[in-house]
Amino acid sequence: MSHFFGMGGYAVFVWPAYAVTLAAIVLNIVWARRALARAREDARRRLAMRGEGP
Amino acid sequence: MSRFGSPAAGVVVQAGAITRQSTVWAGSHQAPILDAARLALTRDLQLAFRKRGQLVQPLAFFAMVTMLFPLAISPELARLREIAPGVLWAGALLASLLALEFLFRDDAYDGTLEQYALSGQSLTWLMFAKTAAHWLLTGLPLALMAPLAALSLGVSAAAVPGIVVSVAVGSVALSLIGSIGAALTLGIKRSGALLSLLTLPLSLPVLIFGARATQLAISGGPLLAPLELLAALVVLGVTLAPLAAAAAVRISLE
Amino acid sequence: MTWTWFHRLGSPPYVYGLATRLTPWFAWPAALLIIGGLWGGLVLAPPDYQQGDGFRIIYVHAPSAWMSLMVYTTMAIAAAVGLIWRIKVAHAVAASCAPIGASFTFAALVTGALWGEPMWGTYWEWDPRLTSELILLFLYLGYMGLRAGLEDTQRADRASAVLAVVGVVNVPIIHYSVTWWNSLHQAPSVMRLAKPTMAASMLVPLLMMLLGFTLFFGAVLLVRLRGEVLNRERSASWIREIVST
Repeated sequence: MSHFFGMGGYAVFVWPAYAVTLAAIVLNIVWARRALARAREDARRRLAMRGEGP
Repeated sequence: MSRFGSPAAGVVVQAGAITRQSTVWAGSHQAPILDAARLALTRDLQLAFRKRGQLVQPLAFFAMVTMLFPLAISPELARLREIAPGVLWAGALLASLLALEFLFRDDAYDGTLEQYALSGQSLTWLMFAKTAAHWLLTGLPLALMAPLAALSLGVSAAAVPGIVVSVAVGSVALSLIGSIGAALTLGIKRSGALLSLLTLPLSLPVLIFGARATQLAISGGPLLAPLELLAALVVLGVTLAPLAAAAAVRISLE
Repeated sequence: MTWTWFHRLGSPPYVYGLATRLTPWFAWPAALLIIGGLWGGLVLAPPDYQQGDGFRIIYVHAPSAWMSLMVYTTMAIAAAVGLIWRIKVAHAVAASCAPIGASFTFAALVTGALWGEPMWGTYWEWDPRLTSELILLFLYLGYMGLRAGLEDTQRADRASAVLAVVGVVNVPIIHYSVTWWNSLHQAPSVMRLAKPTMAASMLVPLLMMLLGFTLFFGAVLLVRLRGEVLNRERSASWIREIVST
């Protein structure tokens, strides 16, 4: 188990690399969902301004 | 006095002449486009020489940038000689970027660019003419000034011809690549940083080969190879850049 | 028959609905492949003869680098389609690609630096592949900066499309730079037309990660695409239904 975390001595390189990539994945998910929510909100507001809201 | 008044008025006639060319010769087999391009080129040169102060700015900037390095790094000529190619090219690139902002700005402002787009002449050729004017006003003077900067960095006089040639050829590519970014950012306020961000990635190959050529000129080695690569980049730029710039100008004017 | 399907892809409401329905079909397989690839790469694969366990960075570095190139190519193709045929949905696809590509280009550069230090003795080297990958990051940032600087969406779409197409010349340079110039970076061992030179136990997790990341890109793209399509739509009728759910 400790060998897994130690990565044969390369832990200080391997794990940050995985962390950065994981961060990129998570960031993309969060960012995309937030962009979609914002777009929906903007569309709702545009419709409301024109008085054609739901 | 309005800046759109008499200074530009005299050469609005030329812009009109470019449009008139197409109507006079519409239906003939001749190619008035070369005359139109020549007119655009001379117009840009004439307008630039009316504002001589502005002409000098990129050159003064280049001189100041090259002066920074001895002051900031080390006044030792031996060390300066080592970094001279990089300093020259960084300075040339930055000075070229500075001048690029003015490439289309005035013409877009007073409607000449729209006239070009609507004139029925090939906008690509007119873009090429404008970029050629930009090089004649910026790149070529930089190439002639570069030896002075090089001498101040401890480079021997024997390297001067090689330096002039490499900077002259490379700056053509820089003007061409820069015209694309300038056309894309037309009308954006304070677009200087964005223009640099767009132009630098595309002009890095020029920088790399240009610095190699200048390095070889300084060390006395054969600079034909990087010079040929530089020339190849110029040819690529000449064929593609005005096309892209014309497309970008049309988009910006829509 | 096939052309009707193609024409429907130009219709924003159709694309919005399709994107919504397709997202899980990309997201779940992506998750499974990535988790499986991580297990295979971190646990099952044996240590490398030369690099020991340090080689395992390849399971995040290679997919990130692949993403950086693949996403830019997708973006450039979508941009060209939007520019030539004036299809708004194509521009929406291009706009959706940029942030994804930029983030994975950054990840590729960082993971590459972390791999380079123990293997080559340096975090960074100005060799052709690293330099052109860095140029790629600046191209993405320039693309996003140009979009941000132009208020009119239509002009932003078309101007950034020109930029994307002009910059696509960088992609083959990155890929072939390791063969054209003597470079610190190793020659391609997977992305070649001949048989890959890696052992199966190491190769399979890598392929799983590559495919998983690609499907992940598809899922994120579809989510972003929905937002971008909404942003470009003026007409009320189909949006009203979307927004009220």
